[in-house]
Amino acid sequence: MQPYLDFEKPLIELETKIRELKQYSTTDTSFSSEIEKLEKKAEKLHKEIFSKLSRWQRTQLARVPGRPFTLEYVNYIFTDWFEMHGDRLYRDDPAIVCGFARLEGEPCAIIGHQKGRDTKEKVYRNFGMPHPEGYRKALRIMKMAEEFELPIFTFVDTPGAFPGIGAEERGQAEAIARNLREMAGLKVPVITTVTGEGGSGGALAIAVANRVLMMEYSIYSVISPEGCAAILWGDGGMAPQAAEALKLTAQDIDALGDVIDDVIPEPSGGAHNDPEAAAKNVKEYLLKNLNELKYLSPDELVEHRYQKFRAMTRIQE
Amino acid sequence: MAWFKKSKAPLPKASDKKVHMPEGLWTKCQNCQEIIYSKEIERNWNVCPKCDYHFRITSQERLDLILDKDSFVEMDVELKPKDFLDFKDSKKYRDRIKAAIKKRAINEAVICGEGTINELPVMVAVLDFGYMGGSMGSVVGEKITRAIEHAIDHRRPVIIFSSSGGARMQESIMSLMQMAKTSAALMRLKEMNLPFISVLLDPTTGGVTASFAMLGDINMAEPRALIGFAGPRVIEQTIRQELPEGFQRAEYLLEHGMVDMIVRRSEMKDRISQVLRMFFKS
Repeated sequence: MQPYLDFEKPLIELETKIRELKQYSTTDTSFSSEIEKLEKKAEKLHKEIFSKLSRWQRTQLARVPGRPFTLEYVNYIFTDWFEMHGDRLYRDDPAIVCGFARLEGEPCAIIGHQKGRDTKEKVYRNFGMPHPEGYRKALRIMKMAEEFELPIFTFVDTPGAFPGIGAEERGQAEAIARNLREMAGLKVPVITTVTGEGGSGGALAIAVANRVLMMEYSIYSVISPEGCAAILWGDGGMAPQAAEALKLTAQDIDALGDVIDDVIPEPSGGAHNDPEAAAKNVKEYLLKNLNELKYLSPDELVEHRYQKFRAMTRIQE
Repeated sequence: MAWFKKSKAPLPKASDKKVHMPEGLWTKCQNCQEIIYSKEIERNWNVCPKCDYHFRITSQERLDLILDKDSFVEMDVELKPKDFLDFKDSKKYRDRIKAAIKKRAINEAVICGEGTINELPVMVAVLDFGYMGGSMGSVVGEKITRAIEHAIDHRRPVIIFSSSGGARMQESIMSLMQMAKTSAALMRLKEMNLPFISVLLDPTTGGVTASFAMLGDINMAEPRALIGFAGPRVIEQTIRQELPEGFQRAEYLLEHGMVDMIVRRSEMKDRISQVLRMFFKS
């Protein structure tokens, strides 16, 4: 059984009951009317829960362990994939995967955060928190894509850039800052999809794009709700309140009007319930957005991206 | 029954012993703990004469120190932040804005404008740590971007003095986007071959370090300034061990190749002037 979240518990219980009833029913003693009733009830409950998710619940969904990660999306959406490793300066950072593949036959570059499934892989991927070398690898691949005139797809899913001694020593801030500046000048289309957690500068460092898309149950924020709560409330336990205040859900950010371009719908209950269907939706949106950017010249792409971010301002009149 | 009666008054508490001095006449150095005559510190560029500790100064004091007398013309003075998310933690963001404006007598955490350094015209931006920790929200990002664009239009070098806790949480995603916006503007400045000096002051962390502050053609820092991506407390909590001595201080960054030079406050103006003249013909 999939791991589930607290607020899903009544639903899971109901579904378990239905499954049990189905198991016990034979041709003679059918519970079909009972089952039907319960299934209707489950459907209603599901709608009820998911129609009024709090921002904190959405945050939990964005982090749910079963959610598809970059390599799964690559597997479902692209063909001909090969991975590239290392920043040519220090080492290969497994928290960011980079490579090349084809989308509907057309070559492209892919960059994305990568989390792990089991404990061992989680540690290997550093929970999707990159070091500077991860960002430098990403930049190397983006520059390569530019050289060979390939569009770039990035997938964002990170709690944030890793805060550690080594990361500081090797210039975490410099690596992120450089990516922001260099991405602004890329002469090829860049499309970013926030698939799970859009964690601050660690997310933005691969997200200065012509188009920014967010999955229905993804979040994007300047700081994690926990971090925000610790600083502003002096108590990390106030994270649910901080999540409300930060307005970090895809729907909130879409409502701002100028930060993201599309919200990609997810299968019922979240992408983890049907990764393949989720990937199908992502593919559809990637193709749509790439098609719209196709008609821009290299210089127009740079200008388009510049103006997109240039316009993000809120000033008291 | 007690054998001895307490006939003496209890010893005075340590706090009662303190010699009371007129407020502000003397200052205790945070670094060497020396008590120093305040005027002497002021005369010494707000640097401790005993241990060379650089006290934090205001954005206005910084401008006076760097620019030629009466050369500064401020831009975008009137821009004020907006509480577009109705952000509320223990206090409302709009109240925090009001309090900061009142406290610092400036509308936002950055002052931008044109001036001259030893007669060389420059664009300069100074972040003000006293205004909500010098944090970058939408207006700070906008003012810095406008300053860079102005420099591009008028062919001026850019100098940004950073002291900031990072992106402003109260503006959530919009603060984050300012990192991209300001960095993109610097991409254009670079294309125009105009020099950018980033001066990192105590403290510079988070989203400001991870955007324009680390992108200088020349990165300068004041002695002992705390400069980093994550704050020391966050790192300590993450790795659960004590941080090495001098970690994230300017000298440490110099050693690790993140800044080009450490410049004492008293030499800052002439050093900036020297560096700019190497790259820029007015």
